[in-house]
Amino acid sequence: MLTLNSKTPKGPIEDGWTQHKNALRLVGPKNRPNYKVLVIGSGLAGASAAASMGAMGYRVECFCFQDSPRRAHSIAAQGGINASKNYRNDGDSTWRLFADTQKGGDYRAREQNVYRLAELSTAIIDQAVAQGVPFAREYGGKLANRSFGGVLVERTFYCRGETGQQLLLGAFSALQEQITAKNVKMHTRTELMDIVMVDGQAKGVVCRNLETGEITSHAADAVVLATGGYGNVYYLSTNAKGCNVTAAFRAYKRGAGFANPSFVQIHPTSIPASGDYQSKLTLMSESLRNDGRIWVPRNPDETRKPNQIPEEDRYYYLEERYPRFGNLVPRDVAARNAKDVCDKGLGVGSTGYGVYLDFGRAIEKQGESVVKGRYANLFEMYERITDENPLDVPMRIYPAVHYTMGGLWVDYNLMTNIPGLYAIGEANFADHGANRLGASSLMQCLADGYFIIPVTIGDYLSRHPHGQVTTDHPAFKEAENEVRQRIEKLLSINGTRSVQSFHRELGKLMWEYCGISRSPAGLQEGLERIPQLREEFWNDLKIVGSGRELNQALENAGRVADFLEFGELMCRDAMLRDESCGCHFREDHQTEENEALRNDEDFAHVAVFEYKGADQDPELTKEPIEFEALPLAARNYKT
Amino acid sequence: MRIRLHIWRQASRDDSGHMDTYDLDGVNPDMSFLEMMDHLNEELTGKGEDPVAFDHDCREGVCGMCSMVINGQAHGPKQGTTTCQLYMRHFDDGDEVYVEPWRSQAFPVVKDLVVDRSAFDRIIQAGGFISNHSGPKPEPNTILIEPEVAEQALDAATCIGCGACVAACPNGSAMLFTAAKVSHLGLLPQGETERYPRAKKMVKQMDKEGFGSCRNYAECEAQCPKEISIAFISRLNADYLKASLVEPEDRRGKMKSQ
Amino acid sequence: MNHIKRFYESSIGKKFVVAVTGVVLFGFIAGHMAGNLKVFTGATSAGVPHIDEYAKFLKTLGAPMLPEMMGLWIARSVLLVCLVLHVVTVILLSRQNKKARPVPYVRSKKRAASVASRLMMVTGLVILAFIPFHILQFTTGNIQIGDEHFRHGYVYSNLYESFSVWYVALGYVVVVTLVGFHMFHGLWSLFQTLGWDNPDRNGKVRAFSVAFSVIITVGFIAVPLAFVSGWLPSPIDYDPTLLHPTNSLTNH
Ligand SMILES: Cc1cc2nc3c(=O)[nH]c(=O)nc-3n(C[C@H](O)[C@H](O)[C@H](O)COP(=O)(O)OP(=O)(O)OC[C@H]3O[C@@H](n4cnc5c(N)ncnc54)[C@H](O)[C@@H]3O)c2cc1C
Ligand code: HEM
Ligand code: HEM
Ligand code: SF4
Ligand code: F3S
Ligand code: FES
Repeated sequence: MLTLNSKTPKGPIEDGWTQHKNALRLVGPKNRPNYKVLVIGSGLAGASAAASMGAMGYRVECFCFQDSPRRAHSIAAQGGINASKNYRNDGDSTWRLFADTQKGGDYRAREQNVYRLAELSTAIIDQAVAQGVPFAREYGGKLANRSFGGVLVERTFYCRGETGQQLLLGAFSALQEQITAKNVKMHTRTELMDIVMVDGQAKGVVCRNLETGEITSHAADAVVLATGGYGNVYYLSTNAKGCNVTAAFRAYKRGAGFANPSFVQIHPTSIPASGDYQSKLTLMSESLRNDGRIWVPRNPDETRKPNQIPEEDRYYYLEERYPRFGNLVPRDVAARNAKDVCDKGLGVGSTGYGVYLDFGRAIEKQGESVVKGRYANLFEMYERITDENPLDVPMRIYPAVHYTMGGLWVDYNLMTNIPGLYAIGEANFADHGANRLGASSLMQCLADGYFIIPVTIGDYLSRHPHGQVTTDHPAFKEAENEVRQRIEKLLSINGTRSVQSFHRELGKLMWEYCGISRSPAGLQEGLERIPQLREEFWNDLKIVGSGRELNQALENAGRVADFLEFGELMCRDAMLRDESCGCHFREDHQTEENEALRNDEDFAHVAVFEYKGADQDPELTKEPIEFEALPLAARNYKT
Repeated sequence: MRIRLHIWRQASRDDSGHMDTYDLDGVNPDMSFLEMMDHLNEELTGKGEDPVAFDHDCREGVCGMCSMVINGQAHGPKQGTTTCQLYMRHFDDGDEVYVEPWRSQAFPVVKDLVVDRSAFDRIIQAGGFISNHSGPKPEPNTILIEPEVAEQALDAATCIGCGACVAACPNGSAMLFTAAKVSHLGLLPQGETERYPRAKKMVKQMDKEGFGSCRNYAECEAQCPKEISIAFISRLNADYLKASLVEPEDRRGKMKSQ
Repeated sequence: MNHIKRFYESSIGKKFVVAVTGVVLFGFIAGHMAGNLKVFTGATSAGVPHIDEYAKFLKTLGAPMLPEMMGLWIARSVLLVCLVLHVVTVILLSRQNKKARPVPYVRSKKRAASVASRLMMVTGLVILAFIPFHILQFTTGNIQIGDEHFRHGYVYSNLYESFSVWYVALGYVVVVTLVGFHMFHGLWSLFQTLGWDNPDRNGKVRAFSVAFSVIITVGFIAVPLAFVSGWLPSPIDYDPTLLHPTNSLTNH
């Protein structure tokens, strides 16, 4: 049984964070250089955290598996980042952003965390602009906004379709500044293999140098995981190929609680897969839904080209089913409805798993040049991949795994239940409940990295003398050996199947049984078949080459091995959460209009899993969620 | 589709390396170039041969990780496209395809098609940032920026740091990359203060890394997946010349009267 | 001083030197080309070809302030310095560029780089080799091809005799065409190097470079062609004193 103290501030939510900050212990400027902090990950969360803590004077070391911190997966974020600046004067406020995010998360997140996120949102924009992030501007030279992902205000800041890239380059440049200042040491092409515990505290990590295969130990006073999401457990996702659960899963195996693993966001607008060889799915930014209309032919055996299908034979299912929000319904609703119509046989494209996203109306109304101007690079990207021009033929889209709300359990200070081990960004579970509002992840990553962890980490460090352990401590040697053995084991199987083939198969299982909609029977199936696949993996895997060189198959094998255990945990969580909420849609819990049916009586909690050993089921601990500021309300996007 | 691949194989940094030939069947026109490479690696693994190592991550043209010189062109034959966004439909059945790593003294080959691009990071470290600490900042709308300027800065900031400009430049110059960064920050009011020292420091590092000099061939622009304009190179030259010829080294100090 | 040294050590600094010296050399070339066209303007009433007068005028450049030949020598030395700087610097740059790509590509395809731009070193070296030959032929007269007998100051007849040999004329045509190539890329390139080119100016800058490289080439070519084709009259002897009362020319 885990003891989970969320440390959330009591009292009025508006000044929770301020109160909390004022109560935190700090480390003095003279003393900071004595403390060493390891930041694993250089995405928005990692880079901003490492840069901020480096600038404060902590001795920071930052790790990433890419050849440069700038390539972290955050770079791929397209749509934008939310901030309640209320530049539009459309009634936006910290409260409203908080409420939207909490409702979007279907009331499965901690109010205090979500409110803090909303509160910090505006400072993030200020910070980014100061770094030279070239946000879109209006003619007067003021910052521009757009509405995004099913909200009723325009609060999303953006740089064309490459907001994540520009924000990451901002954080990256701040990181580079600190590297030059010798406050941060960067380790690229270095993968975390394990976390080292000394008397119940995280005191360092063991890594593998991906180029030389060398296993290295790094001791520190605290470890921050900013290792992103685990969407790749589905093999096909919009995530970068390298995204993995390894770091978080190692922490889990060392005793960190894993929260809501089954909460996975399926993005409604990605380019459909074209065949088995498909290696990843490409997202088409949700902003497209602002002008595009989603439809399928009414007739299952429609043969005409989309443009020749007259209005009356087109089924604008979102507009018909959700008059108020129409094509801008939240992601999970849009995704589920797409699957629904395709399962009904109305789907389009070679595989029958796709729906049209049509700009005909927008072009009519606003003119081709306007629409083109607005989505130029998205349209290019689409045409590059599909060979079709969205200005002539409607786009084909289909849902794809996109974001993982679940992650390591953390308290209000972003520390896991392991003292000295923190988790920030997508790697933690904190702020998005059961579903993430569009453009709110970049916000969360940067709030965590720029403004929260730099303050909260001091509270822990100040309570512990620095440099207690060095890498000579036996715990490091032990961990190193375990890592070496694991690698040797993987290399020595010498079976017949490639890593990729196992990963593909796992992905199919996960999508089938733990995907857009889930049923007890399906989950049961998953729970039985995943272990079988894992068994086969450990007996029939084939990796060519050694562990003492750049060996990409070996890297993947390690990640897939973790996915093969983690997938099971996801199914278990999905099974135990006997309700529908946010992205977690259980077929056995829906209204007659196929709406998710929440059960707040029994499931208004965070499901936290604790590792109990290879041969034992993980133990579930529930952190109840209170609703003081924002009373519970059933979600309704119809009226 | 069936194609014949000629691929650079190099076991490690100090191995001399050579071209190997592979005949690959069952290539689908809708495969991306990297999916074709995955397919090849599956085959090689099946035969117990070492798969071809190549860098990749996002596979949607934005992380800048993928890096192959395909038939003599960085990122292959298609304009404004990264390797991961290149599709096999742009090749014909029976084609011979040559795949080589970026070639630059500053980008040593690590293995097969994987090169070490840390030189780029060091150029950024030399000054590719606006000095900043995290914390309260002025309200952004107090600094107005013309949309055109913001757009121009964004045109430069779109650089994904892939290194194709270096690979494509017959002189192995990194001017386009450096110019893009210098221009992105130099164009914005926030970056104005450090504009000239930044240009100086970054160019100094660029030369130190052993890149070639720019002879204004414009080949980099033509092969840059983000089509970064050499107009930024001109801008960098102007900034650098002003920095070295006009801007005083040190604005402080006493003077004597005559 | 070491501030200048640091500047020259940088690749952009070197390019700056190449560009500036290039401008000076270009100025000379343009002037020289224009001067050569005087072969077409005929002769004075006394039968002195204008080009001979012009050559004389060059030698008395800056007179009366400067003694005869002084002005010319100043101009010559400026040119020489520029040429040396230009050549030394481009050699340094080319070395750097060679070093930058130790392992060549098996396949290499260019999309944008023009032939002219990629041949800068080649065209340059040809020019370099041509200049001394050229001076020995027309300024000092040490080199004499065919049955030409060189006479100081008698530019028109010297040209007439040299270019009456067809391969000499042809050689010149080839060389100046290469000079044209050098200009074609060089002129645009220098704007880029000096940071004066930008998208709205680019069209004009490129037009300028094309125009001048063509004008210079054609202007130069005209002369040898005019002579070989026999289009220009053979030189008529005239009284040297008309041109130079003192025979300073022969003993300078
Ligand atoms: C296509 C796409 C579009 C998106 N668009 C938006 C959007 O418009 N708005 C929005 O708010 N959000 C968006 N998101 C979500 C958002 O981009 C991510 O949630 C966010 O960037 C995650 O950032 P991060 O810093 O937590 O992790 P990442 O950016 O994924 O960084 C992970 C880092 O950890 C390192 N790492 C991982 N594992 C290891 C290991 N084992 N050892 C060492 N290092 C490791 C990696 O090298 C990397 O540096 C989008 C996501 C995708 C996939
Ligand atoms: C068809 C082409 C050319 C013709 C007909 C021509 C003709 C001449 C003549 C007649 C002279 C001697 C003038 C005198 O002694 O009074 C001369 C000198 C010279 N020419 Fe040319 N020239 C040509 C092309 C060039 C080119 C392309 C270059 C340079 C790249 C060049 C460089 C020079 C130089 C450096 C001198 C010496 C000037 C001096 O110091 O007196 N010429 N040329
Ligand atoms: C008649 C004399 C010459 C003229 C008018 C001339 C002019 C120019 C000009 C304008 C440039 C462009 C500079 C820039 O890119 O900014 C240039 C470049 C160059 N010149 Fe010359 N040049 C002359 C002689 C030579 C000679 C003798 C060489 C011999 C090696 C030479 C080699 C080059 C090279 C290699 C470049 C390219 C330099 C670079 O961009 O790296 N040039 N020249
Ligand atoms: S300028 Fe273009 S080619 Fe060079 S690194 Fe940037 S994106 Fe790549
Ligand atoms: S191709 Fe090379 S020469 Fe200059 S313009 Fe580009 S860097
Ligand atoms: S893999 Fe990211 S740009 Fe090609």
